[in-house]
Amino acid sequence: MALKGWKELPIGGVILEAGNAAEYRTGGWRAFRPVFGEAACIHCFQCWLFCPDSSILVDAENEKMMGFDLEHCKGCGICASVCPVNAKVRRQVGDKIPRDDPRLCIRMVEEGKAE
Amino acid sequence: MSKYEALTGDQAVATAMRQINPDVVAAYPITPQTETVEFFAEYVADGLVTTDFICVESEHSAMSACVGASAAGARVMTATSAQGLALMWEVVYIAASYRCPIVMSLVNRALSGPINIHCDHSDVMGMRDSGWIILFSENGQEAYDNVIQAVRIAEHPDVLLPVVVCQDGFITSHAMERVEVYDDDAVKAFVGTYKPLYPLLDVDNPKTYGPLDFYDYYYEHKRQQVEAMEHALPVILEVAKEFNRKFGRNYGLFEPYRLDDAEVAVVVTNSTAGTAKVVVDDLRAQGLKVGLLKPRVFRPFPAKELADALRHLKAVAVMDRSIAFGSMNNAGPLFLELLAALSLHDVRIPMADYVFGLGGRDIKPSEIETVYRDMLRAAETGKVERLVTYLSVRE
Repeated sequence: MALKGWKELPIGGVILEAGNAAEYRTGGWRAFRPVFGEAACIHCFQCWLFCPDSSILVDAENEKMMGFDLEHCKGCGICASVCPVNAKVRRQVGDKIPRDDPRLCIRMVEEGKAE
Repeated sequence: MSKYEALTGDQAVATAMRQINPDVVAAYPITPQTETVEFFAEYVADGLVTTDFICVESEHSAMSACVGASAAGARVMTATSAQGLALMWEVVYIAASYRCPIVMSLVNRALSGPINIHCDHSDVMGMRDSGWIILFSENGQEAYDNVIQAVRIAEHPDVLLPVVVCQDGFITSHAMERVEVYDDDAVKAFVGTYKPLYPLLDVDNPKTYGPLDFYDYYYEHKRQQVEAMEHALPVILEVAKEFNRKFGRNYGLFEPYRLDDAEVAVVVTNSTAGTAKVVVDDLRAQGLKVGLLKPRVFRPFPAKELADALRHLKAVAVMDRSIAFGSMNNAGPLFLELLAALSLHDVRIPMADYVFGLGGRDIKPSEIETVYRDMLRAAETGKVERLVTYLSVRE
C-alpha cells in the first residue's frame, strides 16, 4: 500500500476513520503469548473487559470466551492478571507457580516456545 | 463606540478575553500574569462571560486541558509567564502539532534560576521552535489588539496554529495606561464564530486525536506544520488589514519608526521599543539620522520583509532581552536570526547585538543612546567594535 503524502493527510495527525486501529497488526510486538485453558474458564468476561487491545474473542450470543486475537494482542498479560480463575489457582496451589502453569485459565507462554 | 479606559496590560488582556468570550479558559495564576486570570475569574463569577473556566492544579494541566477542549471543538484561551510556560512545555509542542488554535497571553518574565519574577524574554525564546505563532506587544493597547487578532489568525483555515501574545512583565503588565477599548459587539463581530475543523464532540463523525505516529507518517505531519507557518504571514497581514480598517490602527509584521531616511537603526521588541522611540526623537532633534524597527511577528520570522526594511541602513543594532547560551558568540536569538536573514537577502551592513534587561534590569534612555552612538560610529567606519555587548552588566 502506497503511503499518503503530506498534502493528502488530515492535519494534526487526526484519524478520521473510526476503528481503523484494526488495520495495524501489533501481534508482532509480543514477548509472551496468552494461551486459553478452556476447561478452567468460567466465562466471566473479566479478560474481555480489561484487555486494552480488544483482543479477547468472544461468542456474545452464547456468552462464551473463545480465545485471543493474536494479530493484535501485544502480550501485556493483563488478561491473565485479572482472571479470577488464575487467582483461585494461585490461592490453592501457591503464588510461586510459573505463569505458564497448565492449571491456569489464561497462561502466558514465552513467544516462540511450544505451549 | 469605543471608549478609553485606564487599564494595566494584564487587565487589557482580560478585557479582550471578556469580549471574545471563549468557550474554555484553563489557566493557573503566576506572576506577573496573575492579574489577567484574576480579572477573568471575576468576569466569569459576575456572569459577564459564558466561558467554562477551569481552575487547574498546574500549568501542565492548564495546557493539557486547553488541548483537550480545543480538540473537542472549543475556542480556547490561556495565560502564563516564565516557569508556568516551562511547566507547560511538552504540551506546548503538542498543541501546535495537533493544530489546536489556542490563544495564549504570555507576560514575559525571566526563567529561573536564580528565581526572578521580572521581565526578560527567556521564556518565550524557549518556545520559538515549538510551532506557535509569536506576537510581541509594546504596551497594553497592543497586547489587547494582538489578542483580538490572534483569535482570527489562529483559527484561519489555512493556519490552524496556536498563537502566543507577549508583553513585558510588570513594565506593561502592571503599568496602568490609557487603552482604547472597542465596543463589545464590534470585537465579537470581528472574531466571529469558531468553526472547528475536526471537533471531537461531533459524535456522528468519530475521530482520533493523538494516535501513535511513527517514521511512516510523523514527518508528513511536521511538513504540514511548515505549510501552516508559511500561510501564517499573509494571514497575519490580512487580519491586520481588516483590524486596522475597523478599529483605526496600523498593524503589520513590524513597526518602523522614523526609519525611512534613517542611516542607523535599533531593532527591539516589546516595551523597550517605546523607550527607544523617545531616544530616536531626542537624537533626531540633534540632527542625527536614527530610526527604529519594532518586530511584532517573531514566528513566523518575516526574514525578507525585515531585510528589505533595513536594506538602506549603514548599521543596525539588535537589542535582545535574552541570551542564546552557547550560540555563536553567545548572542541573543533575535540577533542571530536577523543576522542570518540579512545575509540571506544580501544586506551587507555592520550589525551588532546588545543584550539587555535580563531579570528585569532597567534599561535607560541613556543606555539606548550609547547603542545609537556605537552604530553611528560603525556607519562611519564600516565595522562594529564588538559583535555582542552585555549592556549595563556590572564588571
